[in-house]
Amino acid sequence: MNRRATRVLRLDALARVEGEAALHLRVEGDRVTQTRLRIYEPPRFFEAFLAGRGHAEPPDITARICGICPVAYQMSACRAIEDACGAVVDGPLADLRRLLYCGEWIESHTLHVYLLHAPDFLGCADVVELARGRRAAVERGLRLKQTGNAILEQLGGRPIHPVNVRIGGFYRTPAPDELRPLAERLRQARDDALETVRWVAAFDFPDAVCDHDLFALRDPGRYAIDSGTPAVMAADGDGPALREFPPSDFERHVREGQVPHSTALTALLDGRRHLTGPLARYAISGRWLHPLAAEAARDAGLGDPATGARCDNPFRSIVVRAVEVVQAVEESLRIIGGYERPPRPAVEVPPRRGVGFGATEAPRGLLYHRYALTADGTVTEARIVPPTAQNQTAIEDDVRRAVQARLDRAGPAADDEELTRLCERAIRNHDPCISCAAHFLDLTVERA
Amino acid sequence: MTLQPVPATDPRPTLAVWKFASCDGCQLTLLDCEDELLGLTERVRIDHFLEMTPAEGADGGRARLEGRGPYDLSLVEGSITTAEDAERIRHVRRVSRYLVTIGACATAGGIQALRNFADVDDFLAAVYARPEYISTLATSTPISAHVPVDFELRGCPIDRGQLLEVVTAHLAGRKPRIPGHSVCFECKRRGTTCVTVAHGTPCLGPVTHAGCGALCPAYGRGCYGCFGPSDKPDLRSMVAQLRRDGMSERDIQRVFRTFNAASPEYAPVPELAAEERRDPPAEGS
Repeated sequence: MNRRATRVLRLDALARVEGEAALHLRVEGDRVTQTRLRIYEPPRFFEAFLAGRGHAEPPDITARICGICPVAYQMSACRAIEDACGAVVDGPLADLRRLLYCGEWIESHTLHVYLLHAPDFLGCADVVELARGRRAAVERGLRLKQTGNAILEQLGGRPIHPVNVRIGGFYRTPAPDELRPLAERLRQARDDALETVRWVAAFDFPDAVCDHDLFALRDPGRYAIDSGTPAVMAADGDGPALREFPPSDFERHVREGQVPHSTALTALLDGRRHLTGPLARYAISGRWLHPLAAEAARDAGLGDPATGARCDNPFRSIVVRAVEVVQAVEESLRIIGGYERPPRPAVEVPPRRGVGFGATEAPRGLLYHRYALTADGTVTEARIVPPTAQNQTAIEDDVRRAVQARLDRAGPAADDEELTRLCERAIRNHDPCISCAAHFLDLTVERA
Repeated sequence: MTLQPVPATDPRPTLAVWKFASCDGCQLTLLDCEDELLGLTERVRIDHFLEMTPAEGADGGRARLEGRGPYDLSLVEGSITTAEDAERIRHVRRVSRYLVTIGACATAGGIQALRNFADVDDFLAAVYARPEYISTLATSTPISAHVPVDFELRGCPIDRGQLLEVVTAHLAGRKPRIPGHSVCFECKRRGTTCVTVAHGTPCLGPVTHAGCGALCPAYGRGCYGCFGPSDKPDLRSMVAQLRRDGMSERDIQRVFRTFNAASPEYAPVPELAAEERRDPPAEGS
């Protein structure tokens, strides 16, 4: 190949990701000179039409941003509005919320591990082809996914856009007896979850290292899901190893900018590229994994989370995701085991004038909401920063590194098909949710 | 990474799944059919479904956004909000034998159709000579506003059981058995005590299309209308009842302006709610 030749790879329709995006990659000679993840999903303007709505509405409305992680939207919205109104949801109501969230983690992670990501490692086009050769594994994945959905159905009414969540808590809380069959299923799911970790740990992983700052909630004593303080772990050891700031300072640190090639906004944290999601959570909260999940992580070669192990190979994110499924199963069993029905299904959240902030850990990473309310509870301003918009810069960097590493390798040159596949894999490592990322532009009308 | 070639005599009908402006939830419902998914793929060949596979068609080549076709059954999620998508849905229609919309976005424009009520649109319609071009960008419209649709499945999100019924019915060449009655019927079948009668909870069940299995009342919540209007909804009585149950005019406006906001059946609601303000109903009427 002519060393000065320019190659342009265009992947017009990314597959096995949630939503619609394309990739544009430019290679000049033996250097990758441009990597662009182009999100072309049309914006849906949620932040624009949330203005003027009532303070009880954002959990149901923002759930519709994403059918894969609606609970994450409901939980961040509830927290932000309760914060604005000075209401606190704790005790068994907070536990039930966490249980619901665990259901979403199990469902979403298992969907990604088995249906979207595993085919990359096993040379299959998709789960249908995967099932031809490995039916038992795919059935195990579907069973596990179904257990996550069973939690969502029991507590939320349905897996997609659950109906039972409201600010202050729930419309109806279950009696402890109603959760018992769920516990039985979860005990069986535990074996499937552990087997999943072993299964993915045995995949072949390309050598790769990422050096993004890691960003996740930190909730000392437990693996952060539905609450905690935003925490940043620097990538390279310069600056403090870990720094925190309250959710109300989020927008001072995470600044979004618009890039012309995408309908999503992209974000930097204090001017630096950052990553949120499983790799960040594992590094920041790993010491608080349940013993069974920590053991699974150690056995899978992820180091010892008790002593602050981190996983810097994005291709191994599938293993971290599998460990988090074990964690979510264990956490669900813990919550159900100690559950007592609260006296009321929800606490009162009377509206008041103010601004509230909410951050929770969606399966793909930290999801931030802010609402400004008038005294009668009318939303005057809404701001939502989803994890995939934050991760876009890191994803592009991963793609660039993966392709560059391949170009630098001795031996036969890579053809376009091989590079294209490599790019797709580097993107899928972060389970991007394009539907989430695309919907946060202010309304602009194109005038012809 | 190409699929094993399927014999040219592959007798399976072909299925395609498409996404327009939406949240992914309705197509995810297909992947949520955990018990049926593998069996379904033995009966139909999934020829285009970007969320699930990069492969397209019998030869397993790389799928493009538009798809090659032809397909026996296309499931379409999402609404039309851009000029490009308006063109793409026409292509999808051309290459599909049956086209079924799945969910509130594809069937009614979705929550993103709230932009249709923004002042900027009145302004545009008054000023521009080609509102149909502007409107593809300034409004969110259902698939049926652009191409003929063979069946519309409602819900935000759709119900898993109803999705399987629609797919199965098309495979069998019969009409899907999806009743158009209201959520009230499902509540009675489920044996749920009426939340309005028992607790005075405002509930859209009487005017909302069945299909969810009357979930909200089973959780002590009034129906919030995510399946859109039932056949021939009596909105005048509904609005009066909501007022009696304590909803303000503003809250009535809001509850209809959600996931099926652009449903034509809901058009009289603002006027009806305002009438109620001018002439409030007598207690107990």
